[in-house]
Amino acid sequence: MNIEGVDKSKRQFLTTALTVVGAVGTGYLAVPFLAQMQPSVKAMAAGAPVTVDISKMETGQLLRVEWRGKPVWVLNRTQAVLDTLKSLDNELSDPRSEKSSQPESSKNPYRSIKPEILVAVGLCTHLGCSPTFRPELAPHDLGERWKGGFFCPCHGSWFDLAGRVYSGVPAPTNLEIPPYRYITDSQIIIGEPAGDKSA
Amino acid sequence: MKLNRFAQSGNWILDRFPLAQLWNDHMAHYYAPKNFNIWYFFGSLALLVMVNQFATGILLTMNYKPDAKLAFDSVEYIMRDVNWGWLIRYMHSTGASAFFIVVYLHMFRGIMYGSFKQPRELIWIFGMLIFVCLMAEAFMGYLLPWGQMSYWGAQVIISLFSAIPVIGDDLSLWVRGDYVVSDATLNRFFAFHVIAVPLVLVMLVFMHIVALHEVGSNNPDGIDIKKLKDVNGIPLDGIPFHPYYTVKDLFGVGVFLIFFTTVIFYMPEMGGYFLEHANFIPADPMKTPEHIAPVWYFTPFYAILRAIPDKFAGVIGMGGAIVVLFLLPWLDRNPVRSIRYRGGLYKKALLLFIISFVCLGYLGTQPATPTATLFARIFTAVYFGFFLLMPLYTRWEKTKPVPNRVTHHHSLLEDIEEQLPIIIEEMTELKPDRPEIGDDAFRGSFYSRRAKPGGVRHVATRLANSIKKSLD
Repeated sequence: MNIEGVDKSKRQFLTTALTVVGAVGTGYLAVPFLAQMQPSVKAMAAGAPVTVDISKMETGQLLRVEWRGKPVWVLNRTQAVLDTLKSLDNELSDPRSEKSSQPESSKNPYRSIKPEILVAVGLCTHLGCSPTFRPELAPHDLGERWKGGFFCPCHGSWFDLAGRVYSGVPAPTNLEIPPYRYITDSQIIIGEPAGDKSA
Repeated sequence: MKLNRFAQSGNWILDRFPLAQLWNDHMAHYYAPKNFNIWYFFGSLALLVMVNQFATGILLTMNYKPDAKLAFDSVEYIMRDVNWGWLIRYMHSTGASAFFIVVYLHMFRGIMYGSFKQPRELIWIFGMLIFVCLMAEAFMGYLLPWGQMSYWGAQVIISLFSAIPVIGDDLSLWVRGDYVVSDATLNRFFAFHVIAVPLVLVMLVFMHIVALHEVGSNNPDGIDIKKLKDVNGIPLDGIPFHPYYTVKDLFGVGVFLIFFTTVIFYMPEMGGYFLEHANFIPADPMKTPEHIAPVWYFTPFYAILRAIPDKFAGVIGMGGAIVVLFLLPWLDRNPVRSIRYRGGLYKKALLLFIISFVCLGYLGTQPATPTATLFARIFTAVYFGFFLLMPLYTRWEKTKPVPNRVTHHHSLLEDIEEQLPIIIEEMTELKPDRPEIGDDAFRGSFYSRRAKPGGVRHVATRLANSIKKSLD
């Protein structure tokens, strides 16, 4: 092969240019390939608000409804529970819900619009299991410190009956409060904000 | 004449494809050390299980429906109505657990005999990549039956990604393809489980073997057999892989199949360890089962995740437990490969590591009580201590001289055959009320003898001493 008179710098330039063009092309192709794994338009559209009738709820009762494929709890709390909630601040990791996710209307010690009715997404903020409703005081398996709340069976996180997380457990933040509002005194709509700006 | 034509067509292929050369390079003239022991069965067994998974997996896809509405029922359909469907599925589900059993033993062999050390670091890296692939494959396969355990297991593991700062939430959304584990997740996991990951797995296994055959196999003495060769350039301590090890592996396959088929036919759920009870209930996004635990082969890593009381640190700990395994060739600073010639320090460390790994595995199957969490924390510390302190203690240990040639050890069976009658004679005595019968068959029988406390104590002390000595 005759290699005399080969312009090596031109060859090097062509090789580099081709590599760059190829890399850019691959990059462009990667966008649709990766983006097609994002939630589809249909998945994003599915998320209609859910209406819940709370007129027949007794005090202490928990309702589970499905919203966007997630369990949402509606809990009617007794006055005794509300009193207990006030005394727990020292044991909680985020008692004022400053690092947690909730609409502005629920950013209060009870984490709800009306103190007695709690609405919360029933998925642990640790790894997404659905905690168990354990309203009883100091049961055998949870010990003396248990004042009633939600216990996550997967990794042992503790939440009080306002969905606030105890300190020293794996879950980092309080349970998420979904946007919701009252249509009437006995009807809640989950998935629509209560007219505040933040949600 | 017929033979000639056969030979001719053979030559036609050989002229166009290096079949003979491949056979010689990797089988007939691939020289493996002659002192392989029982630990060397698990590589070929892993290959066998992989073939089993491919064959049964392809058959399962013919009747399985990757659809959240149909998946659970299609699995029941396979179990009840498809001809031999139950057998195919149990072969596949038992195969998954068998895969991890042989791979864990295969990895332990590598750690014990220093098979990851120079010049076999890349074999170890490829092997670890195979292990990671296998975990991905098992995890995604477990979602497919769409039972309660499938659903909530996937929910937990995908949520692990959300612990990563900044990109975490978007990443787990991208993996799921929906805001919760849903039909989209099931469908894509099916694609990964059936096409993408197996393809990568096969390529990695190929590279694992190519790398192995380039440098040659290690052996229980951890010595380089290529140093001493005969006049023909064949290692003095090497024997051709075929027929010696093909035949030996066939025996291993036979023994393995006895265990494998026993599980398939008599205990396919293995008491809830191979197929978990909660997975016989269809997935319910509203309710987590009272006690969720991953399948047994993930439990050591799961116990580490639970032991750390912080979300992100827990995920780092879990991932780190696998990452440190990749670094093993560079953490172990001792040039001696085999456990046989290493110091007591390393032997004790390895023993502690095995104990902590097994205990973490057990704790991962149990509910997270405060006591269990405390133990999990201790064992997690031991697990990481074994690896992270390795650069120190492997330098301090006093090793024994390594021989030039491979050694011959009594096999376990030979030892038992030789020692057992002597030990029984020492530990027991003839019952006094039995009349002396001259015949040896009567003297030796179980019912005419009773335990001799002094003898039992002697044997126990000897056993304890020999265990202690073997750890020095």
